[in-house]
Amino acid sequence: MTSPASPYLGPDEISRTVRRLAHEIVENNRGTDGLVLVGLLSRGYTLARRLAEAIREFENVAVPVGALDIGLYRDDVTRRPAPPPVRPSEIPVPIDDNTIVLVDDVLFTGRSIRAALDALLDYGRPARVRLAVLIDRGHRELPIRPDFVGKNIPTALIQKVQVRLHEVDGLDGVFVFGEEASHA
Amino acid sequence: MNETLLLRGGRIIDPAQGIDGTLDIQVVDGAVTKIGAGLEAMGRTIDVSGCIVTPGFIDLHTHLREPGFEQKGTIATETLAALRGGFTTICAMPNTNPAPDAADVLRSLRERIERDARVRVLPIGCVTRGRAGKELAELAELAAGGCVALSDDGNPVPNARLMRNAIELAAAMGMPISEHCDEPELSHGGSMNEGRVSERLGLLGQPEAAETSAIARNIALCEATGARLHIAHVTTARGLELVADAKRRGLAITCEVTPSHLFLTEEAVFGPGAEPAYDTNAKINPPLRTEADRRALVSGVNAGIIDAIATDHAPHAVEDKLCEFDDAAFGISCIETALATVTTLIERGELELGAAIRALTSGPAGVFPFPPDLGSLKTGARDITVIDPAHLWTVDPRRFASKGRNTPLGGFTLSGAVRAVVFDGTVAYEMEPAGA
Amino acid sequence: MLELRNPDAPAVPGEATAWKRKDLLDTDTLSEAELHLIMETAEAMREVRARPVGKVATLRGFTVITLFYEQSTRTRASFEVAAKALGADVVNLTASGSSVEKGETLIDTVRTLEAIGADLVVMRHPKSGAPYLAARNTAAGIINGGDGTHAHPTQALLDLFTMRRHVGDLAGKKVTIVGDILHSRVARSNLWTLLASGADVTLCGPATLLPKTLAASTGEGARCTVTTRMEDAIEGADIVMALRMQKERQDRGLIPSLRQYIASYQVNSRRLALAKPGALVMHPGPMNEGIEIAPEVAHGLDSVIEEQVANGVAVRMAILYLMATGRHA
Repeated sequence: MTSPASPYLGPDEISRTVRRLAHEIVENNRGTDGLVLVGLLSRGYTLARRLAEAIREFENVAVPVGALDIGLYRDDVTRRPAPPPVRPSEIPVPIDDNTIVLVDDVLFTGRSIRAALDALLDYGRPARVRLAVLIDRGHRELPIRPDFVGKNIPTALIQKVQVRLHEVDGLDGVFVFGEEASHA
Repeated sequence: MNETLLLRGGRIIDPAQGIDGTLDIQVVDGAVTKIGAGLEAMGRTIDVSGCIVTPGFIDLHTHLREPGFEQKGTIATETLAALRGGFTTICAMPNTNPAPDAADVLRSLRERIERDARVRVLPIGCVTRGRAGKELAELAELAAGGCVALSDDGNPVPNARLMRNAIELAAAMGMPISEHCDEPELSHGGSMNEGRVSERLGLLGQPEAAETSAIARNIALCEATGARLHIAHVTTARGLELVADAKRRGLAITCEVTPSHLFLTEEAVFGPGAEPAYDTNAKINPPLRTEADRRALVSGVNAGIIDAIATDHAPHAVEDKLCEFDDAAFGISCIETALATVTTLIERGELELGAAIRALTSGPAGVFPFPPDLGSLKTGARDITVIDPAHLWTVDPRRFASKGRNTPLGGFTLSGAVRAVVFDGTVAYEMEPAGA
Repeated sequence: MLELRNPDAPAVPGEATAWKRKDLLDTDTLSEAELHLIMETAEAMREVRARPVGKVATLRGFTVITLFYEQSTRTRASFEVAAKALGADVVNLTASGSSVEKGETLIDTVRTLEAIGADLVVMRHPKSGAPYLAARNTAAGIINGGDGTHAHPTQALLDLFTMRRHVGDLAGKKVTIVGDILHSRVARSNLWTLLASGADVTLCGPATLLPKTLAASTGEGARCTVTTRMEDAIEGADIVMALRMQKERQDRGLIPSLRQYIASYQVNSRRLALAKPGALVMHPGPMNEGIEIAPEVAHGLDSVIEEQVANGVAVRMAILYLMATGRHA
């Protein structure tokens, strides 16, 4: 699969979106008390760290960031020929009675978030769980909705949305593969 | 049925008479009458050009399993296998139940042979009663009953004094003892050669010294008595050196090697893959040894130090091998692949053709007291084996005549096959033509 | 501590990440990528075990049967805990009191277990190579939980995991294994993983209990030394592993006496002083304290023997997970 000539979102747009999301999260939480960002490995975690960095810039507070691997919670784990490797999760603070913001790059069917909720609840009983995603591309298969959305991208099922982040991929960009996406 | 035949245009090799040339051979009323160039056809003519014509092979070491172990093999199935392998005379080892240790058992065995055998079967009697290693068997009865040799087969005679007496008494009756040379205290529990592969696989091994120390003891007893002794299946280079040295000193020692030990090494237990196979079909006693041993054995045949290639054909039922390696039975069903492994080694330039044919014919003929003319194409001879040395075939144990499908050679492509066998004056076997 | 992988980096590039084996019979043919995958997965499993609820439901609906033809406490229990921690159903069978005692063959037994619905069979057997026979004759995945004097791959993998957590990269590290090497499935399986990791392996014990040829067959560039001299073996070692010494070796005349073995080969504080300062002390268990290992060393600061046992659960979880999820490949 080749990359489209230009990304749907470029580095500057991603950076602005992350900053906006950071503000929304803090506003919604009425500050940073009890706030814990938990990103899904790998890119959700990278985004969570960027959100924490943004919050630190305008609030001067280091919000704890956790990494969550959902490999052991997938509902298709014994169906796929070779599931991706599982990696250690790292939840740095007790989650009991805190506000957890799950962070992922793309929200699609909702199955990853279902798995992430199961994984998260194995660590304790948070006061509330919110969901922040960079991209919502629609096509939910489970009753899950995001609280904070960077960008809605209407897509066809056959299309593929890929978020690339320089910490993982060497560059920043949101790409839509397959049929041309309609810029909403 | 005594046939009249002309085998035309083959390469006749008869080590007994020193013949090696492209010649015709005439058989009249079942017996060889003439060998020469451009013989006039009498009776049926078979074109054997490109083939090698030899005396019928003699096997000094065959397990027929009957009586007592008919699920592994019977006289009928195993002698048919022998015939298809080119062997017209085979010596039946006594590890049956009952074992031929006295006249009555021997008589019953000979009746079965008379009824079912497809080739000449000459029994080997027990050295000790029930092969138990305690008291001597009825040696005189065994001699009178036509045993060509004595052996306790897989059970080496443990007691040196008993062995000494046996060698002496048997020799006086004209029967050599064929001894499986093994020091049980050293080999006990070992299921393969002790060395590289056994250490790799965590299997208890039989050390070389188990064979060499027993050979040394038996050579000493042979020397002490002056009597004949045959060393069954030599497998180690060092053991062969001991035999060669004894022969140089003029002792009445003969020895044999199996085609399995000429062709395979301990690596066969590991198998060809990256992961070990624990191939029970390569489990044999004495065990397959190292490549250095194998090469020494091949040289021993070429040099004539080894008198005979003897199969140690050991058919087993499927369940005897389809189990944990330590629990599997020892032995390879090889009488139908013996010739092909030998010709493949010739093709590879390892074995010499003349020496190999000698070890299948005139060599073994001199080891046990056989009827005259066995193992030769002299006038009057009635057994002939025709070899097609270029015939390539892939071993498929399911097509064996033997009940024993236990071979590590399944899937191997070998060069050389038995084209036809004349047994006792009759064309008893002919290979199906290709595509038939 | 094992260096925590940069969480941003993809775990292992390319195809190598996929587990494609039906069975785990030994460590001898495991590739570097496969070892890496097991270690990474075990790291994740270790994290699972450290949670308030050290249990997930990943393998619910999977059936793991442990089939033990030999006595074992820790290996069987470790597999059972591991399988249950992943949500699998576990059935434990021992040779005594089963159809095995009534003469059922190994092949019939594993085929029966497959028909019952076993996805994975963890097998311990007194005969070397038995799991290979089983693996060839069933569609169920076979995990070798120790076969005769041949292999014990999960022990070697948990040992490797423990070593890497403490020492990091094993390349160039001196690992000394002391005891009855010849009859040790632990030593043999450890040898392959350690050589694959670039360690210098020294095998030490009485001459009758040492392999004569194994070092020569470890392949090009492998660094394996075999010696009867304990002081040479232990000098400068980064890791010292003592193996269980059985009284039965004395009865079979392989060693003159346990007393003499203790005098020559016991891992004690005096000998350990020859190793690198802080050298790890390991033992696959169960220990004969006071025989192959002195109590002060077994329970000393540098002993990781209890951690080996704990890590065993994580490593076995990793293996069960990989085999259960990868076997359709």
